[in-house]
Amino acid sequence: MTPTTPSPARTDHDPTVSRPPSSPAADPPTVVAAALAPATGWLAEAVAEVRRDPGTLAQPFAWAARRVGRDPLRPGSDPGGVVHGTVADAARAALVVAAFDGDVAPDALAEELRVRYREGDTGERRGVLRGLDALTVRGPLPPELVPVGLELAADALRTNDPSLVAAATGPFAAAHLDQHSWRHAVVKLVFQQVSLDAVTGLTERADAELARMAGDLAAERRAAGRVVPDDLARIAGPEKEF
Amino acid sequence: MRILDPHIHMTSRTTDDYEAMYAAGVRAVVEPAFWLGQPRTGVGSFVDYFDALIGWERFRAAQFGIRHHATIGLNPKEANDPRCREVLEVIPRYLAKEGVVAVGELGYDAMTREEDEVFAAQLAMAVTAELPALVHTPHRDKLAGTRRTLDVVRDAGMTPDRVLVDHLNETTVALVRDAGAWAGFSIYPDTKMDEVRMVAILREYGLERMIVNSAADWGRSDPLKTWRTGMTMLEAGFTADEVDQVLWRNPVAFFGSTLVLDPVPGFVAGAAPVPAEFAGSSVLRGVRA
Repeated sequence: MTPTTPSPARTDHDPTVSRPPSSPAADPPTVVAAALAPATGWLAEAVAEVRRDPGTLAQPFAWAARRVGRDPLRPGSDPGGVVHGTVADAARAALVVAAFDGDVAPDALAEELRVRYREGDTGERRGVLRGLDALTVRGPLPPELVPVGLELAADALRTNDPSLVAAATGPFAAAHLDQHSWRHAVVKLVFQQVSLDAVTGLTERADAELARMAGDLAAERRAAGRVVPDDLARIAGPEKEF
Repeated sequence: MRILDPHIHMTSRTTDDYEAMYAAGVRAVVEPAFWLGQPRTGVGSFVDYFDALIGWERFRAAQFGIRHHATIGLNPKEANDPRCREVLEVIPRYLAKEGVVAVGELGYDAMTREEDEVFAAQLAMAVTAELPALVHTPHRDKLAGTRRTLDVVRDAGMTPDRVLVDHLNETTVALVRDAGAWAGFSIYPDTKMDEVRMVAILREYGLERMIVNSAADWGRSDPLKTWRTGMTMLEAGFTADEVDQVLWRNPVAFFGSTLVLDPVPGFVAGAAPVPAEFAGSSVLRGVRA
């Protein structure tokens, strides 16, 4: 996919300062596009209900995968649905968007998303992160939602589940994650052998420090006689060859 | 041979076990929440454990091509500690989670009044959540404990065919079958039940509502005991279809539609789980990720 939610600043910055994504809806990640597409069947009813009363989010959010399935959105290149998400991820993101569109104050929605994540299983956690991605793409994200998004992204980036790390490197991260955390998220994906296609705004946010980290990792792998992951070349900077 | 091990504590097992289990035909497991050997001292410890059962452990199993499910409950041992009782308040939210296929493991340890209350309360939660219950029989005073267990299930308004009573042996099997419940047998290296005795029980009582598990945990146990039981059945003259009934169709029928049984997408048997050092290219990564 072509990253399209650039964040021009390439320096470390105050993570509480939100950077509005430019041309947010031009070419969103697959899972976000799926979440923002018109819903059908069970999901359409659930979306309508949650929009009518955002307080009802918990149950359809928990049930989503059992109702819409778990198929990967891009089975050819991503059979596990790790890089580009699953049908259930998109459905949960759609439910988050529906809650946002309902009659709920942004700070109340922020708390609801925190609970859905903290009390959620891995799929529900991805759903919250992808919901924030969808809201970011549809933009502008109310400032009340940014701190909770950063808190949950930080939690996801601490885990060793590649699907959670990948879900925390989408449009929300591109727009709001501080540069230091964002670089570590990218390198963690390389360690986890997840394609950097998962990262929104990769070329826009990649900087000299990320290139240095990539170079050091490549050197470490070569010294150990191990394979150097191809994706390191994507973040090595223009003058580097691996 | 395809195997669903309906009672195994994978949290306590290694990745070698997962690989050996897959090679033997295990494609799905159910991990009942239980105690960890070291008693817990509070609710937070349970919450982290339950989260691991529906999160990290499910992910770990999928790396080896195995579908992981859990049963959630407060075990009788820790039901006796008032610091742990409050965990009952968080259990309903876990019962709504994907991959949580039953309430359990419940039952008796020392048969105290506290155990009675916690047992009954959780059976009520199972009824509300429309889930079956996994109940074990106590190590001590097993026959009396099994009788009392069946009485409590009846009083809770649960139909016996929604209850799997586990760790049975020659002295308790008839009681459970006569009550209409599912009969579970934990095949251990040398204690609860072994595969030769198991085959004799299957000959005597038939295959209906019979379930075999390894109950492998952090103690001396063997995660391949389900497979060994299947092999022993074949050697004793049972057909492959009969083995399939005991090791797959019976547990699938008991747990029902809450199981996830399609193959793990993207899993390639024999390929090393991530990080795979032999596969450096994006294309292979895409396939393996």
